[in-house]
Amino acid sequence: MSSLLKLSQVEAHIGQFHILHDISFEVPKGEVTVLLGRNGAGKTTTLRTIMGLNPVYRGSITYNGEQITNLKPHLIANKGIGYVPEDQGVFEDLTVGENLRVAMKREDESTTERLEWILELFPDLKKFWKKPSGQLSGGQKQMLAIARAYVNENDLLLIDEPSKGLAPIVVEKVMETILQMKEKTTIVLVEQNFMMASKIGDQFYIIDDGQTVHNGLMGELREDKALMKKYLGVS
Amino acid sequence: MDLIASLTINGLATGMLIFLLAAGLTLIFGLMSVLNFAHGGLFIWGAYTGVWIYSMSESFFLAIITAIITGLVLGLITERLIIRPVYGNHIQQILITLGFMIVLQELIKVVFGPDIKAVNAPAWLAGNFQVGEITLIKYRLFIIAVGLLVFFTIYLILKKTRIGLIVRAGVMNREMVQTLGINIRFVFMAVFMVGAALAALSGILHAPYSGSIYAEMGLEFSILAFIVVVIGGMGSFTGSLFAALLVGLAQAYMAYYFPALSLAVNMLIMVVVLVFRPQGLFKVKG
Repeated sequence: MSSLLKLSQVEAHIGQFHILHDISFEVPKGEVTVLLGRNGAGKTTTLRTIMGLNPVYRGSITYNGEQITNLKPHLIANKGIGYVPEDQGVFEDLTVGENLRVAMKREDESTTERLEWILELFPDLKKFWKKPSGQLSGGQKQMLAIARAYVNENDLLLIDEPSKGLAPIVVEKVMETILQMKEKTTIVLVEQNFMMASKIGDQFYIIDDGQTVHNGLMGELREDKALMKKYLGVS
Repeated sequence: MDLIASLTINGLATGMLIFLLAAGLTLIFGLMSVLNFAHGGLFIWGAYTGVWIYSMSESFFLAIITAIITGLVLGLITERLIIRPVYGNHIQQILITLGFMIVLQELIKVVFGPDIKAVNAPAWLAGNFQVGEITLIKYRLFIIAVGLLVFFTIYLILKKTRIGLIVRAGVMNREMVQTLGINIRFVFMAVFMVGAALAALSGILHAPYSGSIYAEMGLEFSILAFIVVVIGGMGSFTGSLFAALLVGLAQAYMAYYFPALSLAVNMLIMVVVLVFRPQGLFKVKG
């Protein structure tokens, strides 16, 4: 299967700190690639670097065969990459509807269909359409962030820790939604919740100290207890 | 009754002039986190170019259009050449914009001469209305009307249009706006130009109001605008209107009842707000 996104020996700094030393991975079309690793390993920085929010110091990133290394974030987004940040990034003073309207590049039939589909999955967003998003619960904010990334016809979604800080029942809901979205788009998922990651993911990459150190199919990882314990602290 | 009405209209007119100057400043600060001390320079350039055209054409309407165009052009130049290289560095912003303010001020003296220039209101805005016992000065009402028109126009743009939503979203989270495919630099530039045009509009409206213009008035007025931005809440457009009217009214009443305190009253309001509500009267969530 052809790869939609490819990172080759990517290095990146945040200020004076060298965070990514050697990140290389490929994301096949139509699959969910999970980035795993301990806190501070460089997973979030990897997603931010793909989006152009952190400059690439060395290495290259290609999307659909095209170089996107160090392009401006809005140009990268306009190539069809949606981003759900770790902190959700909802615009708290704007209503749910306004948050989605800011994100919508077009208000055509296809966008409306996608919006209706996502609102069916997250009925709370419809219910609180006119409510300032700052007043939503953590789970609802996460739903809004995912809906905002999905509402445009993006071929790739980068989702950073969607289960973080959420109640188990909400995590289930978010997981179900990502599973449904998986049928329509390619996803790169950063996730600490191994149960969730293993249910959703097709393939994995483990990042440790800013480097990709292992990869394989998700099913293989579930069987490899030693690897899970070494890099993820899961036994 | 006549006195109260007169002080109130006077205070509201001054408040509206400060609002026009502060509105641009607060949007520029809120969206771009830029401390623009050159804003007062745009105010004087609006006043001088407008008055120059007014003296030649005798059309105050043309003077207003000229001031707005001057503001837009100077805004573009300021953002591109002065602000863009120092995004994200407040110390450098303060130094370079203060320096540019002095350059703009001195250039006024070079181009238009160092003397104070007298300006009269156009004939159609001169004189008073008499409503019962109350005397209403036409030009002051005109300033209030223009201020309200600008406020509601920008308010509707911010609230009802997608570009307005993008600006408001940008004030809250610039990074996230970019990841939605929006060129925030372009939005910055457009907001900066609009802010500069508002400052220039304030300048030309101020000219017949005070009866004279001089190069140093930009710095004096921009200090008031900064006070208003702090009181209203940095980045809050509505906050800047309320704060500007509050400052304008306080100044008008204090100047009449406690003249000795009239200059200190704005600082006093700012100190009270900073002590009890440091985020300003209208907080913008980030």
